[in-house]
Amino acid sequence: MTDGRVPAGVSDGLLVWPLSMPLTPVDTLETASAEREYVWTLNFGPQHPATHTTLRLVLTLDGEKVLNAVPYIGYLHSGFEKLGEHLDFNQYVTIVDRMNYLSPLANEIAWHHTVEKLLGIELTPRCKYLRTILAELMRMHDHLLNLGTTALDLGGFTAFLYFFQQREHIYDIVELASGQRFHTSYTRVGGVLFDVNTDWINRVRKFIREFPKVYDEVDRLLTKNRIFVDRTKGIGYLSREEVINFSAVGPVARASGVERDLRRDEPYLAYADLDFDVICSRGGDCYARYLVRMQELLESLKIIEQAVENIPGGPVNIGVESDMVLPSKPSVYRSIEGLIQHFEVIMPNRGYDVPREQIYAATESPNGELGFYIVGNAETRAYRARTRPPSLIHFSMFPHMIRNHQLSDVVAVLGSINIIAAELDR
Amino acid sequence: MAVGLPENIFITKLDAAANWARSNSLWPMPFATACCGIELMATAASRHDLARFGAEVMRFSPRQCDLLIVAGRVVMKMLPVLQRIWLQMPEPKWCISMGACACSGGVFDTYAVVQGIDRFIPVDMYVPGCPPRPEQLLQAVMDMQAKVRRTGTVMGREFAIRDMPAGPAPFDSDERYRIEDTRLVQLGGFSAAATSAGRGATQG
Amino acid sequence: MVCLTELQQKFGSQIVESHFRDNRRIDVPASTLLPLLTSLKTDYGFSMLVDLTAVDWLEYDGATDRFSVIYLLLNMDSGERLAVRVPVNLPEAVLPSVYGLWRGADWMEREVWDMFGISFSGHPDLRRILMPEEFDAFPLRKDYPLKGRGERHNFPVITRSGS
Repeated sequence: MTDGRVPAGVSDGLLVWPLSMPLTPVDTLETASAEREYVWTLNFGPQHPATHTTLRLVLTLDGEKVLNAVPYIGYLHSGFEKLGEHLDFNQYVTIVDRMNYLSPLANEIAWHHTVEKLLGIELTPRCKYLRTILAELMRMHDHLLNLGTTALDLGGFTAFLYFFQQREHIYDIVELASGQRFHTSYTRVGGVLFDVNTDWINRVRKFIREFPKVYDEVDRLLTKNRIFVDRTKGIGYLSREEVINFSAVGPVARASGVERDLRRDEPYLAYADLDFDVICSRGGDCYARYLVRMQELLESLKIIEQAVENIPGGPVNIGVESDMVLPSKPSVYRSIEGLIQHFEVIMPNRGYDVPREQIYAATESPNGELGFYIVGNAETRAYRARTRPPSLIHFSMFPHMIRNHQLSDVVAVLGSINIIAAELDR
Repeated sequence: MAVGLPENIFITKLDAAANWARSNSLWPMPFATACCGIELMATAASRHDLARFGAEVMRFSPRQCDLLIVAGRVVMKMLPVLQRIWLQMPEPKWCISMGACACSGGVFDTYAVVQGIDRFIPVDMYVPGCPPRPEQLLQAVMDMQAKVRRTGTVMGREFAIRDMPAGPAPFDSDERYRIEDTRLVQLGGFSAAATSAGRGATQG
Repeated sequence: MVCLTELQQKFGSQIVESHFRDNRRIDVPASTLLPLLTSLKTDYGFSMLVDLTAVDWLEYDGATDRFSVIYLLLNMDSGERLAVRVPVNLPEAVLPSVYGLWRGADWMEREVWDMFGISFSGHPDLRRILMPEEFDAFPLRKDYPLKGRGERHNFPVITRSGS
């Protein structure tokens, strides 16, 4: 129940309600009440469980109603973009990993997508499919945690535990491919670190088989849950025009009726070959965002299934004659050519040709359009490595979304826009 | 035993009894800032289940906690918050520094990231890794319990022995040399006052 | 597609177009920036500001200007992308704010101010966003060292007995 609306029960005369206050139109109330004495200020964060990481909000409250919210960010600003100017294209992968830490591989794929576009590299078909599978696994990874913690913040602990179990399976799959469970640093310029084997493919197949069962369970737990629906429906509404004007993309925009998905509109990797739907909703509220994310889980599963069954053979890296990829370890250890090539790529004063140009390229990360703007300066590190962070844009909409809602809705809205502080502050 | 004791009574040292109670009822305060926070979450969630080791009562209010787990990098803007949370926790209290960033700055050797929280607050246990696996954090909690049992005293005398934070001085010789490099000073913006203020009155 | 000659007729011939891979860029002088962006939004349908960022050219061979500010635009209907680059120089590093056109520019402009020290006239609330308020340098400028100037260690030390 929000202020400005007649509470249930008034119309049928069962409840005596002091009609003078809540029926004031919300818009006029806002400016007038900001000067009143009973308006008070609440500091929310930067260390608060519902912020998940480090956000700070200063809320102006009239009772339980939020009149205004002023976000303060930068509590996790660690100089990513400055580091990007000092590390080479392969080294910076370890840093972009730590940007959106709910889906590390999606960041790596976005970074190398841009680098490869700058260098003019065309990937091998196997690499494209492999990266597609990993990107979609990461989308599920991100959505699973986001949906789980949203439910947790709204009082449903079970969904969080169920979904975290599935995340652990994805961790296992990623660990089997890259050797690391969390920050994989798996992609390289022109390919990936190692190829995957049949065991890995079987592990992914097993995950595809088992996931729908858990999905159904959580779907039953949340989608029609009275408490969950009441706390998310009609909360944090965004219209299509507002979303576009605020520069938002990704699930948040699609939940407001913006039909845009880079996977379909500007196909990269193997997405052009695969069959999937772009999930949209006209709801625009927290519940619509929840539904979009839930449906995207199934779409991702569909994409993974197609990609796993159709993954082509052949090499996973582009040829070593391009001078941009590391040769295989056996050839480094057993032949002088391989050793020389290894040093040619690794040594900071050797490297390969990088155009003195600027480029922007983006991929559809779980959170929206994750793009990089790279300035090349004839050396193997970027002169400027700008990230376009979806979280920053989503959080800048927050004051607009929370205005005139209840204090308890802050948590629901924060959960539904999925803020990752490391990506927000970089 | 020479003296006959009634049933249900046993004799021990007060220290040992207090340590036994304290070590089995650690209440962690998760100060989760970045990636390590997700692994901390994983430690508490379904598969790894921190509850098996008696430290699952995560409380987000520092007044109720006695074990601070700093998970993730701490940056310039966040350090005063961390210090304040540490000051708000009641004694006896312990601190686990989780992950490379909290221990030493990790890969983020940049202008904004504090190069190890042990320069500014006392740390009892370091967990390496970027981020550490949940198993490592479980082991750290168990080690922490063992340490409390082994060294704890009722009056907290073990804290008095190691008073200063264990890390390097904030402006150690390397840092000072780098800052006082003439090229940097020439560019302006850096004031000499900043170097001396860091150690402040606590210079031991 | 935006026709270059049409823009040149409207906003002068200093507008230059270039291509790299699939990116299409136009360079404009700061004086015509705001009318050009307004026209791109209202007449050509670039309804979304995808990103707003800057580059410091201090250590780049052959660069003539100190900074560039880059506006990445997107036409939501046709999917067309366009980058608008505008040079900025010290000491008067000021550009008109585009907050009135796209509200998403709010935090992006604040970030450029925070990191590069390029200010935007007409912005309603131009404060530091990522760095602390009392910070007095612009970290992404090329003359600022990666490891900072000691700000990161300028805090009091808390001891056991003091806590």
